[in-house]
Amino acid sequence: MKSKITIDDVNALGIGAGILGTGGGGDPYLEGIQLRRELEKHGSQTLLDPQMIDENVLAVVVGMIGAPTAGIEKLREGTEIIRAVRLLERHLGQKFGAIVIAEIGGANSMGPLVTGLQAGVPTVDGDGMGRAFPELQMCSFLLQGDVTVAPLAMADAGVATAVIPKTKTAVWSERLARNLATSMGATAGLACMVMTGKQVKEYCVPYTVSLACRLGERVIQARAKNEDVSDVIARSLGGKVQLRGKITDVFRRTTRGWAQGNLTVESFSDSSVRLEINFQNEFLIAKENGNVVATVPDMICIVVEETGEPIPTERLYYGARVAVIVVPGAAVLKTSDALQVVGPRAFGYDIEFSPLPGDLPASGEILHD
Amino acid sequence: MRIGIDVGGTNTDAVVMDGKTVVATTKTPTTENITDGIVTALSAVVTESGLDVENLDGVMIGTTHFTNAMVERRRLEQTACIRLGLPATVCLPPLVDWPDDIADALGRHTYLGHGGHEFDGREISAFDRNEIRDIVDSIQSKGINAIAISSVFSPVNAEFEEQTAETVLEVMPEANITLSSTIGRIGLLERENAAVMNACLRSLAVSTVSGFKKALTEMNITAPFFISQNDGTLMNADFAADYPVLTFASGPTNSMRGAAFLSDLKDAIVVDVGGTTTDVGVLQQGFPRVAATAVSIGGVRTNFRMPDTLSIGLGGGSIVGQDPMTIGPQSVGFQLTEKAQVFGGDVLTATDIAVAGGRVVVGDKTLVSDLEANLVENVNQKIQEMVSVAVDRMKTSAALVPAVIVGGGSILVQDHIEGTSNILKPENYSVANAIGAAIAQVGGETDRVFSLAEMSRDEALAQAKNEATERAVSAGANADTIEIVDVEEVPLAYLPGNATRIMVKAVGDLAGGI
Repeated sequence: MKSKITIDDVNALGIGAGILGTGGGGDPYLEGIQLRRELEKHGSQTLLDPQMIDENVLAVVVGMIGAPTAGIEKLREGTEIIRAVRLLERHLGQKFGAIVIAEIGGANSMGPLVTGLQAGVPTVDGDGMGRAFPELQMCSFLLQGDVTVAPLAMADAGVATAVIPKTKTAVWSERLARNLATSMGATAGLACMVMTGKQVKEYCVPYTVSLACRLGERVIQARAKNEDVSDVIARSLGGKVQLRGKITDVFRRTTRGWAQGNLTVESFSDSSVRLEINFQNEFLIAKENGNVVATVPDMICIVVEETGEPIPTERLYYGARVAVIVVPGAAVLKTSDALQVVGPRAFGYDIEFSPLPGDLPASGEILHD
Repeated sequence: MRIGIDVGGTNTDAVVMDGKTVVATTKTPTTENITDGIVTALSAVVTESGLDVENLDGVMIGTTHFTNAMVERRRLEQTACIRLGLPATVCLPPLVDWPDDIADALGRHTYLGHGGHEFDGREISAFDRNEIRDIVDSIQSKGINAIAISSVFSPVNAEFEEQTAETVLEVMPEANITLSSTIGRIGLLERENAAVMNACLRSLAVSTVSGFKKALTEMNITAPFFISQNDGTLMNADFAADYPVLTFASGPTNSMRGAAFLSDLKDAIVVDVGGTTTDVGVLQQGFPRVAATAVSIGGVRTNFRMPDTLSIGLGGGSIVGQDPMTIGPQSVGFQLTEKAQVFGGDVLTATDIAVAGGRVVVGDKTLVSDLEANLVENVNQKIQEMVSVAVDRMKTSAALVPAVIVGGGSILVQDHIEGTSNILKPENYSVANAIGAAIAQVGGETDRVFSLAEMSRDEALAQAKNEATERAVSAGANADTIEIVDVEEVPLAYLPGNATRIMVKAVGDLAGGI
């Protein structure tokens, strides 16, 4: 695993996090520019090994909440997350000693590193999803019930901030925070799920910052060696390339603060083979000619066929030549309790979860042949 | 009969085509003022073909002039960029990820103002005309005339960009203004980048297009005149003067389409060896493969749809250094026939090496007879290696594919490239670009708001595709060749009735011609 993130890691982290983002979490390109600028000022950001974390330290989960389609237009003001963190500290009367990534997927891998640099506090090498998910209650930290989403704090691009001190359930926190985020322009900074170092250690999906960096480095290497990059990505994560083809339809809406829709990919080799993929910020369900081939919490990743460049949902377009890669999700997301929150039914699909073989690599290293 | 002209950095090529037949071709050096080179090329092909210019159906010009200006940071105008979106967007200001040299060349005159819209059409903050007036005063005091204007979510609502332009024109009626909403899609930074590049090229574009016109007038040509754009379709010349960024990458598109036409291949690697650079691209089903993610031009990120090409600094005019051995990226460019040794000059170029190696006969071979055989062999080997590495990078699989070599510098490339099944240098290979311009396609677009309360999305899409197809046909496309190349939807949540903006582009071959 890695002990720190430097400016040389940003490119690889962006590629790896983009792939793990399964279409969501926002385009790491934009947040990567901000991370580079902060690293230029500060040198490097320390990563905390979740196994070695001080069990008594107070940690906070942070990220941007909203619709990625809004995020590529209404660019960051830059202090959204740190203002939310400071507000939550004032509300609690306590200081945080560790920043935790809500989701490793997409741009939300970068914001918590920027926040750590701005606050002078290390960021944990791990996250609450091992991927990206659209809703707050889908975080692994909440599964045992002793960590709650609220109290939470949010900030818009500008001056507005808000605290939600208490809610009945995680789903209620999500609902209230989502409405607030939508009012704030479908893009807002969030600080929530205050917990101890001990809870971070027990509940996080470990070493995903390292995993994202390693994956990105492998992709860069594969491109240089002219390997089949899509295949390399699939093998590095223990998954497979489901289909290579052209996007023949994209339908999307920004509704209730989410980017929702579906897309169709038509196979290069046989145009009668089509994948239909539903998304809600992230790719959720993939059906090949009507048959389900992958569902949440397993991962559906769409990359540029030749380069392995991940394509986020907000940048999908008609005619793109892509590979659809399916990858097993992190083990912690596949227990029967977890599936009630992150399985297909939690997203309104009457489909049974049938897991892909294996789990997301848990050591911070990718799989080698 | 049509004339296709390619104005490159080194050569100006022209072809006369009668339907599918190439009637006459020529290659002349590009001149500093552009017009003279075009007149020379036109005179040559008109004389050779015996064409009566009265019978011309059209003249199509492709040019890399604006791309080259961007890549070489030459003749770029100091440009201001006004972005509306405060207090959002501050941490990623205009020009944020641009290479320093080009941002410096433009002067880094960036301004942030209030305004912009949310995704649902609400205002982020109110438009403030007084704030814009202060910005305009500052721009005017710096003596800057080129201005790009962007606003958050302007593809959904362009009112603030338009109001800003009005305010600018009140004070600076001659200002050259580009609105981001007129050239780009969703994605503020990339759209704004394109607007800034367009603004900094506008004065060059106006003088270039008038140079084209002057050349045609001198030749008494009155036929309609078009400029090719990056998707291989044509635009009206006056439109090109306003939107030079739309010509970016038209060069590779033309050369690939020309290569497909000349070789009759649908799937191949195309290697276009020019005077300064070699561009490698991929033909798939007869069309250039399009880059899937953001494309950068001269290091600036954009979201144009462009052919996926790899450009390396190798061409007929590449300067060869001996100690240590180097080839390019510097090139003598259009001064090849003055500076290259075989033409009596004193600069050793890749062309001199090809002549000394006996690969081609141009200029005076005796002028390079004293070059060491060792040097000639080593440089030649290095050139082949550069080409095969580039070809390998563009290949999508290890399978052997045919390669089509085109362009004036094709003489540099041997008859075998590693990783290819065979090499084709079709007849007229050296003017593939001009042929690509001559056979350029015509497009039809529709861009309007549909209410999904009244029809299903499928019906709306089908209707938009039909409209675009009809427009392409009425612009002269053969209905059987029409293909939908672009579909883009922008939901307009602020309008009632589930409104959505649908943009569709249809493209086809010119009817009766190709």
